[in-house]
Amino acid sequence: MSESLVQGAPNALSTSDTAWMLVATSLVLLMTPALALFYGGLVRAKNALNTMMMSIASLGVVGLVWAIVGYSFAFSSGNQWIGGVDHLALRGVNVDARGSIPHLLFMAYQGTFAIITAALISGALVERMRFTAYLLFIALWAALVYAPVAHWVWGGGWLGRAGVLDYAGGTVVHVNAAAAALAVALVLGPRRDYGRQALLPHNVPYVLLGAALLWFGWFGFNAGSALGANTGAALAFVNTFLAPMATLVAWMGLDIVRTGKATAVGAATGIVVGLVAITPAAGFVSPASAIVIGALAALPSYFAILYRARTALDDSLDVVAAHGVGGATGALLTGVFASAAWGGTDGALAGNVGQLGRQLLGLVVVAAYSGALTFVLIKAVSLALPLRTVTRAERTGLDITEHGEEAYSHDEGTVLVLPTAEKEPAASLHSVLESSA
Amino acid sequence: MKLIVAIVRPERANEVLEALFRAEVRGFTVSRVRGHGGETEPVETYRGTTVKMELREKVRFEIGVSEHFVEPTVRAILDSARTGEVGDGKIFVVPVERVYRIRTGDIDEMAVTPPIPAAE
Repeated sequence: MSESLVQGAPNALSTSDTAWMLVATSLVLLMTPALALFYGGLVRAKNALNTMMMSIASLGVVGLVWAIVGYSFAFSSGNQWIGGVDHLALRGVNVDARGSIPHLLFMAYQGTFAIITAALISGALVERMRFTAYLLFIALWAALVYAPVAHWVWGGGWLGRAGVLDYAGGTVVHVNAAAAALAVALVLGPRRDYGRQALLPHNVPYVLLGAALLWFGWFGFNAGSALGANTGAALAFVNTFLAPMATLVAWMGLDIVRTGKATAVGAATGIVVGLVAITPAAGFVSPASAIVIGALAALPSYFAILYRARTALDDSLDVVAAHGVGGATGALLTGVFASAAWGGTDGALAGNVGQLGRQLLGLVVVAAYSGALTFVLIKAVSLALPLRTVTRAERTGLDITEHGEEAYSHDEGTVLVLPTAEKEPAASLHSVLESSA
Repeated sequence: MKLIVAIVRPERANEVLEALFRAEVRGFTVSRVRGHGGETEPVETYRGTTVKMELREKVRFEIGVSEHFVEPTVRAILDSARTGEVGDGKIFVVPVERVYRIRTGDIDEMAVTPPIPAAE
């Protein structure tokens, strides 16, 4: 994110920048329902709605937390570590220019990042977490983990000043979410069936559709991070276009070498990993470098996914391998391939080896802070609400036990509960569903 | 009367259907079932998870017939469902105690495929 624009020297409003950022904000917002499809397709049918709702709920919960406290903690002038309270409940956030776009639009654009970052964590928690505990957790997480980290890098905080390059959130979004996902997955423990049964994706076409829509939305995520309709946006756009192509080809190649077959789930995963890896680099590297970054990023994530499945860590949808490893690879390669001619700063290849160290510092600090504070937050939530569903609920599926619905319901075998019945309707409907199962 | 239960490959189901119609067998029930018939198991890979699919899709025909129809029905299925590979399925011929046609209340032979084949 271009430093001078974030710092908001009082510029004049630009209508073209505003037009692009209105579109970019819509594009990034679409990424969260896209993630719902991506994650929803990867779980078993009995947990499809619960998994999708974890993403959808973030649109509401984190969106509101952002407007009320998160934006102020991230982007109002405070100290090096956290923003101030000037913009609590959007006080002072109006249509005046911040950079060259209305301040309100800047707030909304940044809000879409907070929403998807919190939703990303849910991939490590699926098929076993109580929904109410999840809602409380992401509300706290957005305010106390996401907002300060965004402040450090983009809001005038110490990592940005230290020269860490993170164009659109490889560290702030992806490494941050992955460290949190790891912490919560460790506290929750694995699903009861993990390692005992094959837990297979129930709808691979959803996974492909989700990955495709994520790519579409990611143009807003990366090219929008230029905060204007300018040459930087065009560079970030094209890099977001090229890098996942290289990752997809590399991923299919690895699949074919390993099993003889290119898998669809692998293709979808490869696209996402490529998008994650180019995110920190998007506006800092040449298009040729973007292709190299995309291709290289396939390797560590591919093998991390294979390795993780053989461990006791039930990071169910591989948030750490895809977003953590992919985000770290991208952040480090940004330090290698950054080019002053394209994005204003040189990386290690151009002789600025120190940049690689700064990139490493950024991702280690963010991962450590996010992992540690998330651990504290999830423990705090567990004092107020039970974190895990009971074994029987896990067997039945969380769609029925947490939401009282099924993704794929059958009208045969259901009996209408009339509103005049004196019995508690929820309880009797539940027993009807149970007995039909 | 007999109940003929045939479990066949889904990719042969349309041929079986055609053969049954050619043999003038007009009443049957079809369902999708899964089973294991000694075939080699295909291997599927989802990220780091590799599984062998031990259950294969099959189609089950259930046909209530009068005695005259048992032979032509079985022959129709044998000829149409066979590929020669392991996993072609099974035909069971089961005695039936009583059959009712729900619409008319007809009983036994009158309730299934007609007692005298149309061709004769």
